[in-house]
Amino acid sequence: MPSTFASSALVPPGLAADLIQIVLCLALLVAIAAPLGVYMAKVFSGELTFFARAERALLAPAGVRPKAEQHWSTYAFSLLAFNAAGFVVLYLVLRAQNLLPLNPRGFAGLPPHLAFDTAVSFVTNTNWQSYGGETTLSNFSQMVGLTTQNFVSAASGMAVAAAVARGLASRQVRSIGNFWTDLVRAILYVLLPLSIVVALALVWLGVPQTLDASATATTLEGAKQTIALGPVASQVAIKQLGTNGGGFFNVNSAHPFENPTAISNLIEWLAILVIPVAFCFTYGRMVGDRRQGRALFVAMGLMLVASIGAIYAAEHAGNPLLAGLVDPAAGNMEGKEVRFGVVGSALWAAATTAASNGSVNAMHDSLTPLGGLVAMLQIQLGEVVFGGVGVGLTGMLLFVVLTVFLAGLMVGRTPEYLGKKIEAREVKLAALTLLIMPIGVLGFAALAIATGHAQTAVQDAGPHGLSELLYAYSSATGNNGSAFAGFGAATPWHDTWLGLAMLLGRFGYIVPILAIAGSLAAKKTTPASAGTFPTHGALFVGLLIATILIVGALTFFPVLALGPIAEQVSILAGHTF
Amino acid sequence: MHKILRPALVLLALFTVLTGIAYPLAVTGLAAVLAPQQAGGSLIVRNGTVVGSALIGQSFASERYFHGRPSATTAPDPADPSKTIAAPYDASASAGSNLGPSAAALKEAVARRAAALGPGPAPADLVTASASGLDPDVSPAAALVQVPRVAAARRLDPARLRALVEAHVEEPRFFFGEPRVNVLALNLALDATNP
Repeated sequence: MPSTFASSALVPPGLAADLIQIVLCLALLVAIAAPLGVYMAKVFSGELTFFARAERALLAPAGVRPKAEQHWSTYAFSLLAFNAAGFVVLYLVLRAQNLLPLNPRGFAGLPPHLAFDTAVSFVTNTNWQSYGGETTLSNFSQMVGLTTQNFVSAASGMAVAAAVARGLASRQVRSIGNFWTDLVRAILYVLLPLSIVVALALVWLGVPQTLDASATATTLEGAKQTIALGPVASQVAIKQLGTNGGGFFNVNSAHPFENPTAISNLIEWLAILVIPVAFCFTYGRMVGDRRQGRALFVAMGLMLVASIGAIYAAEHAGNPLLAGLVDPAAGNMEGKEVRFGVVGSALWAAATTAASNGSVNAMHDSLTPLGGLVAMLQIQLGEVVFGGVGVGLTGMLLFVVLTVFLAGLMVGRTPEYLGKKIEAREVKLAALTLLIMPIGVLGFAALAIATGHAQTAVQDAGPHGLSELLYAYSSATGNNGSAFAGFGAATPWHDTWLGLAMLLGRFGYIVPILAIAGSLAAKKTTPASAGTFPTHGALFVGLLIATILIVGALTFFPVLALGPIAEQVSILAGHTF
Repeated sequence: MHKILRPALVLLALFTVLTGIAYPLAVTGLAAVLAPQQAGGSLIVRNGTVVGSALIGQSFASERYFHGRPSATTAPDPADPSKTIAAPYDASASAGSNLGPSAAALKEAVARRAAALGPGPAPADLVTASASGLDPDVSPAAALVQVPRVAAARRLDPARLRALVEAHVEEPRFFFGEPRVNVLALNLALDATNP
């Protein structure tokens, strides 16, 4: 560490080292994401052809002509059919894993509610872990079942973003591209090559990749230790890159085999965010105005930096209840790993809840109340701080529609975006999606409380118990997948309702945004005039962030006050539960 | 209908083969050639016996060894399989405590562990449960605080033992990570110098 920082009286040495880590992480992220975004724009525009033969080999037996354009409704229906088929197959694999090969530890088939929840979870790109990976699932289920859905659910989201960008860029056409072609290209050109590179790098750093299920060791004190193994690296790579997040092991990327060093932590952290960030740049190029992509990037980036800072500050401050018992220098270490410390854990907690990834390298249930609040709030805002691959960008575009509408109301003009008139149909569809988070989080959580199912599932008493429940339904509706893992979700009630929340939070956004894209694709583009409200400047970025925060705060502040805020006040007063 | 169902089923089948079978098997094959030691779990062999993994912590209770962090992993109770009992460092069932910051159980557990270490504030990592239950590392402060105990149990010069600990501190690389001591590696070195 440079001594100039270390010796500065203004910045304590530990803090300086932490800030350097944060800045380096963000700089590396942008340095990789910007060129990747340009590359993805070329992929989805069909400019790149080096995998054209593989593309044809996949599309021909499917009976798809690669350039056959689809109306938005056909595009959406194709996506729904593909995901429905994926759900059925995954459900059957999980139910019947005891009859299928590669089950060396002899796990039983999953019960119906757990198989339903897990299958929905992976098809919707949520990857909520109601199961404990190494104690429940065979290698066959992990590879053929889960890894496949990790790829295709991520590719489905990327296809949506490509189609929406195309719809906004085109003029007076009835189509927004071909779902099957976009799906195949997302996997062949982006997800598969990146996954192979990341997986091999992770193996090099210590992540196992073997078909053996476990090894047995005799510890120095003579005890027998069974060490679970498996094809870990290949699954970790795609679960990070595809904003899936479902770990090979129960504790996900906190497990030393999923994430053995600070460098593997850096690679996996970059992998969480790189495709969602790249999509801002892809979008700018595809709509033919890079400033538009940059504006979204800045809005999302500012919110991410604020979240990292807030979680870091909360965790660094530690738990006031333990003051005097522990040396405060290390911060809140319950549920964290030494090799990551507070800064590596805070960076991850912010990234995984921003990007709808849901993998964890620290136990979110043991975050400080305010750290947990920020993580939860990022999900509740609708997973638009970069968000899931593809769907984060399109979720943000729904807020863009609302923001230009609000701006239009203020000046009394018909709102426009990219030269397209935003009219009643688009605004209605966008406003409809604002109901999804309140229904899935507040509605479903209230139902669980009213029926008594919440009270039996929470681990902690007091306001933290409410936080556990809220986090679970936020995570499911936001398709995040991380958890306050003390919450006992593996019951028929919660598996079912969390599964429904995931379906609502996935397809409840995808279908309306495709409808908006289809509707805008059919419109004329009018050239910008002196009266046009520019959507690439600082004013617009500010309005966009304000819209997101106001909608989120109005919806969730009351319940957050009863959960994490009440808990923070309690521990400051010295209360335990 | 057929125009949508056929590509849905065919592509699902093809991607299952490509991403669900070929991809993990290809990575497995490459890993076995390029980095077999890591791919197999970084197992450590001493005198022909596997004594653990370099990446996975193990439970130490003896006064003669440095101890790792509290671990929240559990196993089914042999007397009543519907209940669980503490089974620290069970590397077949990773788990954190998931205790919330306001949990009375957290404060009690931390106070109990800190009291066992003696007076004064304890290194935070040595009295809090890790995320995985398998954390292989402790902070340098958490290793150093154990030096007097281990030195007494092994009748070693504390200054020499302190030097051994300091030689096992891994510093952050390229600014990333935290300083740490791998407990198993340290204890193996301890056994090698003082059997």
